[in-house]
Amino acid sequence: MSAPIAGSSGTQVPVLKLGTVLLVTLQGDLYDEAAEQLQRNIGEAIAASSVTGVVIDISGVEIVDSFLGRVFAEVAAHAKLLAAQTVVAGMRPAVAITLVELGLTLPGLRTALNAEEAMRLLSPASTPLHHSPARQESP
Amino acid sequence: MTDTSGRVTACLPIRSDMDLAWVRQHVRQAAAQLGFGLVDQTKLVTAASELARNTLVHGGGGQVESTVLETGAARGLRLAFSDQGPGIPDIERALGDGYTSGGGLGLGLGGARRLVHEFSIDSRPGEGTAVTVICWTAGAPRPREESR
Repeated sequence: MSAPIAGSSGTQVPVLKLGTVLLVTLQGDLYDEAAEQLQRNIGEAIAASSVTGVVIDISGVEIVDSFLGRVFAEVAAHAKLLAAQTVVAGMRPAVAITLVELGLTLPGLRTALNAEEAMRLLSPASTPLHHSPARQESP
Repeated sequence: MTDTSGRVTACLPIRSDMDLAWVRQHVRQAAAQLGFGLVDQTKLVTAASELARNTLVHGGGGQVESTVLETGAARGLRLAFSDQGPGIPDIERALGDGYTSGGGLGLGLGGARRLVHEFSIDSRPGEGTAVTVICWTAGAPRPREESR
């Protein structure tokens, strides 16, 4: 089941609920207002349906600036208070290099190389042995 | 700041978050046409996004002038952001990480400076702020100039 979240700019962000995980796929350039709307909608979606994990797939995103980085961090913080884990998946190498130079290393945000890996991280069956909880999150 | 004359390729208004998207798109296209690699394109577009947002949020809107530079074999893109906003009272502090007067993370100005080759800022309280950045295509290594 899927419920596209419409941004005010007309941008549609597909949000797919897969079991207890919310898969949010960002594509191209997101207007600030659409990003903030998405942030609110994800929070509501988590609260409304027993979601335990959120995967934000940014493999289709060409740039992440401090504004969008803050949106990710806030989504993760909101989700955590609502008992859900957030994983940002598929960051492009050029984006990662740029974020580090920008000084935005997003501590506390879990990442995965792709959406599939992120889903595996969040699935209840995944063995926690390879992913020590101690290094997953920092305050 | 290198004193290079070039041809102004565009002058874009910065009045809304939609304009920010236009600025990013323009800078991406201009950088790609000049032959910037993917990482350098991404850095320049990110810096432009930070600075354009500063112009919008802190400067109350303004504009960016985009100029293609050519000096010998080197080619570059100069972006000049300007607004007529309240100005920045303490530029040194504003360039440091963690300083913020808005709702951001306080990385905008200092972060943008790290992403470009040349950076200059001129701000007068009550009159406005002008930030100019230049990125050169890979070629002869250039020192990172930080002039004001």
